[in-house]
Amino acid sequence: MQIYRSHILVCGGTGCTASKSLEIISELESHINANSLQNEVKVVKTGCFGLCEKGPILVIYPEGATYVTVAPSDVKEIVEEHLVKGRIVKRLLPKDAKLAEVVTSLDKVDFFARQMRIALRNCGVINPEVIDEYIACDGYKALGKVLTEMKPADVIAEIKKSGLRGRGGGGFPTGVKWELASKPVADQKYVCCNADEGDPGAFMDRSVLEGDPHSVIEAMAIAGYAIGASQGYIYIRAEYPIAVERLQIAIKQAKEYGLLGKNIFDSDFSFDLELRLGAGAFVCGEETALMTSIEGKRGEPRPRPPFPANEGLWRKPTVLNNVETYANIPSIINNGADWFASIGTEKSKGTKVFAIGGKINNTGLVEIPMGTTLREVVYDIGGGIPNGKKFKAAQTGGPSGGCIPAQLIDTPIDYDTLIQLGSMMGSGGLIVMDEDNCMVDIAKFFLEFTVDESCGKCPPCRIGTKRMYEILERITEGKGEESDIEKLEILAKNIKASALCGLGQTAPNPILSTLKYFRDEYDAHIKDKKCPAGVCKSLLKFVIDADKCKGCSLCQRKCPTNAISGEIKKPYVIDQDKCIKCGACMDACKFKAIEKKA
Amino acid sequence: MAEMVTLTIDGIEVKAPVGSTVLDAAKSAGIKIPTLCFLKEINEIGACRMCVVDTGARSLQAACVYPVSEGLKVVTNSPAVREARKVTLELILSNHERKCLSCVRSNNCELQQLAKDLNIEDIRFDGETYDFCVDDASPSIVRDPNKCVLCRRCVSMCKNIQGVAAIETMERGFKTIVSSPFNMSLNDVPCVNCGQCITVCPVGALKEKDDTQKVWDAIANKELHVVVQTAPAVRVAIAEEFGNPVGSRATGKMVTALRKLGFDKVFDTDTAADLTIMEEGTELLGRIQNGGKLPVITSCSPGWIKYCEHNYPEFLENLSSCKSPQNMFGAVLKSYYADKMEIDPKKMFVVSVMPCTAKKFEVQRPELGTDCYSDVDVSITTRELARMIKEAGIDFNNLEETHFDDPMGDATGAAVIFGATGGVMEAALRTVADILDNTDHAEIEYKAVRGVEGIKEAEVEMGGMKVKAAVAHGLGNAKKLLDKIKAGEAEYHFVEIMACPGGCVNGGGQPIQPATVRNEVDLRAERAKAIYVEDESLPIRKSHKNEKMMKLYEEYFEKPGSHKAHKYLHTHYVARENYPDDCSEGCC
Repeated sequence: MQIYRSHILVCGGTGCTASKSLEIISELESHINANSLQNEVKVVKTGCFGLCEKGPILVIYPEGATYVTVAPSDVKEIVEEHLVKGRIVKRLLPKDAKLAEVVTSLDKVDFFARQMRIALRNCGVINPEVIDEYIACDGYKALGKVLTEMKPADVIAEIKKSGLRGRGGGGFPTGVKWELASKPVADQKYVCCNADEGDPGAFMDRSVLEGDPHSVIEAMAIAGYAIGASQGYIYIRAEYPIAVERLQIAIKQAKEYGLLGKNIFDSDFSFDLELRLGAGAFVCGEETALMTSIEGKRGEPRPRPPFPANEGLWRKPTVLNNVETYANIPSIINNGADWFASIGTEKSKGTKVFAIGGKINNTGLVEIPMGTTLREVVYDIGGGIPNGKKFKAAQTGGPSGGCIPAQLIDTPIDYDTLIQLGSMMGSGGLIVMDEDNCMVDIAKFFLEFTVDESCGKCPPCRIGTKRMYEILERITEGKGEESDIEKLEILAKNIKASALCGLGQTAPNPILSTLKYFRDEYDAHIKDKKCPAGVCKSLLKFVIDADKCKGCSLCQRKCPTNAISGEIKKPYVIDQDKCIKCGACMDACKFKAIEKKA
Repeated sequence: MAEMVTLTIDGIEVKAPVGSTVLDAAKSAGIKIPTLCFLKEINEIGACRMCVVDTGARSLQAACVYPVSEGLKVVTNSPAVREARKVTLELILSNHERKCLSCVRSNNCELQQLAKDLNIEDIRFDGETYDFCVDDASPSIVRDPNKCVLCRRCVSMCKNIQGVAAIETMERGFKTIVSSPFNMSLNDVPCVNCGQCITVCPVGALKEKDDTQKVWDAIANKELHVVVQTAPAVRVAIAEEFGNPVGSRATGKMVTALRKLGFDKVFDTDTAADLTIMEEGTELLGRIQNGGKLPVITSCSPGWIKYCEHNYPEFLENLSSCKSPQNMFGAVLKSYYADKMEIDPKKMFVVSVMPCTAKKFEVQRPELGTDCYSDVDVSITTRELARMIKEAGIDFNNLEETHFDDPMGDATGAAVIFGATGGVMEAALRTVADILDNTDHAEIEYKAVRGVEGIKEAEVEMGGMKVKAAVAHGLGNAKKLLDKIKAGEAEYHFVEIMACPGGCVNGGGQPIQPATVRNEVDLRAERAKAIYVEDESLPIRKSHKNEKMMKLYEEYFEKPGSHKAHKYLHTHYVARENYPDDCSEGCC
């Protein structure tokens, strides 16, 4: 085996790929060749490091130097300075806000220091397209252990004992789910993986599949052994081309190595795996809709019972888990249930991956122990709010979730606390909002998503969410009436009670939680016809402060509707009837003379 | 006996078989739970949420699909349950085109009934409503998505029962619509016009193309000799439109009503059914004796014919070349009868009253006419006839009973049973057995081919040979039977196929019974019973014994299968592409 003095790990996840990491890799290779270093330095395309805000990212070992926001034009310098001369390129190191000094190792960056990586253990570490790298990191050891040392019932007992709960949103105990599916006697059972990640802003599952596809494959085979299934399906959205490609490569390699197929590890156990591509309907993340879609039908939920454990895919007993849930399984088998159960809170064990976005400095992917507080996530890991703005709320659980307001920022995050607060864990999207966000507008945003993504099968969701959206639209346009709040509450309550599936039942959550914590903002829109955050355009006007205006006419030239008039060197004025509130004038003004007024 | 469980519904202890639903169990306890999308054995999908009940789960559950279990406690009538149902119904109504006064289903609308039952006084959640085009390009079916409540009964019927799948749920969320592929018109897709979608629609989103005005105009035109013919299934169903129970026979009253409407002659399509047996029987015997294409498959059902043309063109040669009784009769009227009565066929207007919407398509087929005249000018359904009777102010229930006009008004019991599945087969067997055995059999009831079982088979000894027969009704069953024949798994001499489940008695043009009735009463069986009672009541029950029809051969057609018979009474078929390349997208 070739020994290299340096390894350069370059993120090949979707985010960094989009900002030219593949070009960086080819630049690296050509400069390495130009300096005749090809036998000394190896470039490895890895999965996501998580700090997507600062992508593209590359890490050079053995120094552990992490270079961020690298451009292809930086490559020459990196090769010549770091690799040839041994001098770290300081200008490309991450600047940690607190330390105010350059750090050379990932562990020292707050963003990484507070994380604990189980599901993401191999992301950013191995080349996901090379099965040997996974095997070198204990890959397929758990499957080997299970098939050679454990009975199916032992596997289920171990998973139950670990306290692992479903990471897709519901939080159902995984071991119990497996146990239920292991009981029915059937000629065929199935193991499915839900990779139909669809929450706005969420990309946890994509990153796992892009960075460590074998961990999911291994876990599905373990689940197959536990419940007695010989066939698995990964339902993945077609909009994840890199994840699809890496899964295809991984499945092919696993088959070549005999880790999928007949008589795995010379046991009686056989397991095969196929991909099914989803067309991107959010509702196909709902388990019965997902299975209906795999069956080749219109992706729509069906009533439960019967539950998938008894009648799932093609009416056969089926286990369906989410990508992240599976990614935890090999570690649990290798390190033991007790180890896993020692992490987290009483009822929420292990870690959770979150995709942090919104008004936060470190947008990206983090894996934290259950019970970490929202404050730690936002300020320590996330690096706080940009531009010194105030934290207002965090939204978890995507369109099914709710908002956690600033006064509850010290809440430890786990399944049960989030439910208590009127939100939910969801699959792990976490969107941070600051004082510039209007909470009615936020509720409207999430509801618009649900209205679009409702499958249309049941009236409460199909028509009810649309009616709630229309009411919110009225409120944000200043046409709200006091009775609208009551209507929202009636609709929300009854849609929750009577919608067919989880999508509909949770669709009112963004409204209910904003009503609960930000009722005053609703009232301001309805009674005072004002948007306190200055977001809802119909309730704003742009005005020029005559004292500050220098009469430069820039705003007039930028205005797309000719709403601004005046004479040079005299204060300009905005004709409110013509103004479309695009804000172009405000952005253009160099003297901060234009204000948004609620 | 199925294993039983005990559950509690609204405090009442109920025993119910394992596998049954909360809805079934509640019914047995005398508790009524409102439903909308549910149609027993056809659409059991829990979509509409009208039947929600409290089972103690986190959310309310749909009683129509929730299985009973031991110790289950169900509440069907709590404030929360009532409110949930009411809000859901208000939401449905908020997006329903509420033009009830001018809706064909007014007073026979399940949504209207629900609004009444649930005491809806106001619709609190109005907002944007559907604004879709109405598809009225098909000669048979009008589809108005603006009235659709997306219960999907039509989709289940078309796809699962009929196997036609001309319509499906499309789009998502508020834009969801039941439509044909690419929003094409039903006229441009492989819809077979069977109209079963109409009979299961709870509202007025699907209806037959109304041709009553054409009939009124013809009657009012003094130049025209307007003749009406009625199919056997109409007489056993039309009384339902006037409040009578399913299975009421009203042949005499129907004839009187038709006369009162102003038709010059009221004839019985059954006469042509007897004619069909002579022609088809001769064709069958000919093919058996001369090694022709077998099995012979019946051609009475225009929905089946179009289905075959689209989906099984390889069986077109098997189809009997006989026109359907409706068209045979039209052809006879415009030839033999016109000659005899000295009426210019140009001035004759033939109306047919059929239990069928596909007949509206059939009368337009260019090949179904002779000497430049369409065999039949307008075909209306049982429902349209009932509307005409009501519009004319005729008190149907109190009419006297009268008989069809001569000379085309006498038919046999064999012809009457054409209205039920297996009827054509039985009628043919009655005649063919007599001919092959050269005797007058007394045993004429072939019960193996009767009843609502999807595919029925019979083997009958006659003339020293075993005649193998099969009957399928509902196109889903037809598909199964044809696939079996195609795969060489079964061989028959004679096959009867009817597009509609139960045959013509349950045709797409028959009176619409709401789910509350359909879930309790088998329309197919009840109306068929009336058909068989009519058969038994007739003095002659074999087609070849119909003297008036035999006279027709003597005076005009010479003999069954003659050159002249072929000219007027036989037709041909065309293979149809399902989605030709030049088909275009719909309007909205």
